[in-house]
Amino acid sequence: MRLETQTGNGAPRIGVYVCHCGTNIAGMVDVKALTAYAATLPGVAVAREYKYMCSDPGQALIRSDIAEHRLNRVVVAACSPLLHEHTFRGAVEAAGLNPYYFQMVSIRELDSWVHTDPAEATRKAKDLVRAAVQRVILHKPLETRSVPVNPNVLVVGGGIAGIHAALTMANAGKHVYLVEREPTIGGHMAKFDKTFPTLDCAACILTPKMTAVGTHPNITLWTYSEVEKVEGYVGNYRVTVKRHPRYIIEDLCVGCQECIEACVYKEARVPDEFNLGLGKRKPIYLPFPQAVPLLVVIDPETCIEFKSGKCKKTCVEACGERGAIDFTQRERTEEIEVGAIILATGFKTFDARRIPYYGYGVYKNVYTALEVERLINAAGPTGGEVVLRDGRKPERVGIIHCVGSRDEHYNIYCSRVCCMFSIKLAHLIRERTGAEVYNFYIDIRTPGKGFEEFYRRVLEEGVHFIRGKVAQVSDWATSPEEEGKLIIQVEDTLAGMIRRIPVDMVVLSGALEPQADAEAVRRLFNISCSTEGWFLERHPKLAPVSTFTDGIFLAGACQGPKDIPDSVAQAGAAAAEALALVDAGRIALEPNTAYVVADDCSGCKTCIPLCPYRAIAFNGQTAKAEITEALCKGCGVCVAACPSGAIRQHLFEDAEIFAEIAGVLAAQA
Amino acid sequence: MDGPHKEQPAHGPAGTGWEPTIVAFFCTWCTYTAADLAGTSRLKYPPHARVIRVMCSGRVDPQFVVEAFARGADGVLIGGCHPGDCHYQEGNYKTLRRVALLRRVLGEMGIEDGRLRLEWISASEGEKVARVITEMVETLRALGPLALPARRAAWDAEVAPGTVEAVPAAAAGGER
Repeated sequence: MRLETQTGNGAPRIGVYVCHCGTNIAGMVDVKALTAYAATLPGVAVAREYKYMCSDPGQALIRSDIAEHRLNRVVVAACSPLLHEHTFRGAVEAAGLNPYYFQMVSIRELDSWVHTDPAEATRKAKDLVRAAVQRVILHKPLETRSVPVNPNVLVVGGGIAGIHAALTMANAGKHVYLVEREPTIGGHMAKFDKTFPTLDCAACILTPKMTAVGTHPNITLWTYSEVEKVEGYVGNYRVTVKRHPRYIIEDLCVGCQECIEACVYKEARVPDEFNLGLGKRKPIYLPFPQAVPLLVVIDPETCIEFKSGKCKKTCVEACGERGAIDFTQRERTEEIEVGAIILATGFKTFDARRIPYYGYGVYKNVYTALEVERLINAAGPTGGEVVLRDGRKPERVGIIHCVGSRDEHYNIYCSRVCCMFSIKLAHLIRERTGAEVYNFYIDIRTPGKGFEEFYRRVLEEGVHFIRGKVAQVSDWATSPEEEGKLIIQVEDTLAGMIRRIPVDMVVLSGALEPQADAEAVRRLFNISCSTEGWFLERHPKLAPVSTFTDGIFLAGACQGPKDIPDSVAQAGAAAAEALALVDAGRIALEPNTAYVVADDCSGCKTCIPLCPYRAIAFNGQTAKAEITEALCKGCGVCVAACPSGAIRQHLFEDAEIFAEIAGVLAAQA
Repeated sequence: MDGPHKEQPAHGPAGTGWEPTIVAFFCTWCTYTAADLAGTSRLKYPPHARVIRVMCSGRVDPQFVVEAFARGADGVLIGGCHPGDCHYQEGNYKTLRRVALLRRVLGEMGIEDGRLRLEWISASEGEKVARVITEMVETLRALGPLALPARRAAWDAEVAPGTVEAVPAAAAGGER
């Protein structure tokens, strides 16, 4: 039998627990004085302090007090409720008390950590504890509702993180929808030649996983598609996906590429996206030979049939009886229902044009690192030859690190992978061309497994490392040996001198940045972003893949710069969290929903248009408002608006908030 | 309120006089989370604000604000998600409209504009929580104590004894 049935209506017997949090709280707040003060508050039966309330003995203390002192209310003054409310509600419930006979006070995040005067911090803590004690007296026992969870999962983004998350969940028997906006999955990793520090061939490890996604019976792969709308809530999301027309009937195309061969464009003339414009493609094309799904795409911007309607349509002829080409295709939308969503939307590379003095877009021999990656790749535009735009092999190459990172004008953060991919490119360029390679760095950061060893190896290969931020790249020769070269001006901070280093090729190792549309995506999925625009995890240490929106998880670089192993590890973690959610079958929802006290409702309908979830309806027969609990998410907007006070909110009752206001201000009265 | 806390002095080191008190209503998703971030980042700001957590700034009933002033708050701060970012889609827009109306009512009551502040503070803006509270404390210091309970007593005293009871009755009659 639950205790509240014996004591719930009786006099309040409150237990107040003050946490030291080691010295995090006790170092600033006088916890002894606070506890002594709490003991004097009306209704408080017992007040205690303890070093770590969230620990097992701390929780046991609460449980034993509930039994021993017949407590019917509990207040814990510790860290943020966003961190440990759940923990303490669990402890209260374990002792047989309704978990909502509990109130948590933050005297750490909101007090000890932000204030410097112990007397003031203690006074504030007393005000906050008093408010909680006054409030908790009014708490009512509440029941959590639970709703069934749809077992299907949506993964947004088909880079290595999305691929790994999708495969993990599909292998666990869940149906996965993988939505990717490009015509193929693979993401940035598909563009790499080798991966650091092991020099694995990127395609050799990625393409089998891509194929597995394409053929997995539990994966519905929608490329060239974007999520348009997300409705519903954890366990029950309704997602609308927009599918762009490929002008190819997917079920009929076998990827033979005869249409590409037959295109009236004899030569490929259109800059090719996959090779960052270093190569050319035709209007009908395959993004790259290992694309998954292996389906061609028609680009209506350059296809003659779309531009003039007068093409000979040799591609259709070549496709013959298969008839896979369909110029009449339109955009379609699909609606799916899923229980959880994993966002793996990745990153974009820094636009080096933003730093004009590095000359990208001005001097043709200034490249970005990703462009050089394509040059090195055997499947790239030059067949793996590292050559300049005029076909010459570079004899001297300068690689500039931290382009757009660790710079307050662009991005203040370290992009985390740029040291390593710069060192890798230095090795590969030297291997392919025998060129002298100079790396210009601010700091070398190689904290991963095998990273430092790789750095040493490249050092021993004779790659030069010059510590100093490059000031300028120019073609202004001041001596005969600089003629026709690009000159890198840099302060060598180890040698203590300004240097001018002439090179044939400059490689800019750009920052990783949030996707250009990260803001729109964030709104679509109702999650938060960090200051830089990366998607924000629920907790930086303890919930690195969850978001503040239940049922939405993060994988890979959309959360911040990451290398491949970290992206894969995080994708696995996100998949595990999503699996734990959908596998449970049901999920408990917070009971802080609004309800109508019918007797007080005047039927004015003020509340009805305010509800963002259409949870309130007007009952014509009773002439009163009614709230559908399953639809209510507990914002309380209607509660604040109801002129007759007929709408209330569990856990945020007017009386409870008034008691809190009175409590924090009692010292002023 | 009765009890031992009554002897507790108002803010400020003993003897140095008055310091403002702020009641802050923060939505749990953006501004409360930002206040947590200010904490974990160990940002420093003055200890004058008392935070009351609500699920959405849209839950802040204008009565809460009036109640806070009536009980001795010198300022009220409402913190919600940026427009377009509300966890409940548009609760913050409701707050915006309500605060606009409430300001007019408060003005009628002689409560200066600077005493009620509405701020959009996202979960990543811990720095903004610290800044807004610091600024607000400065504003309130300049405005001085609101002391609404004392002011009300003074207003009551202005009306001659004996007529105090008659006035509300007449006003009530006038309304109907």
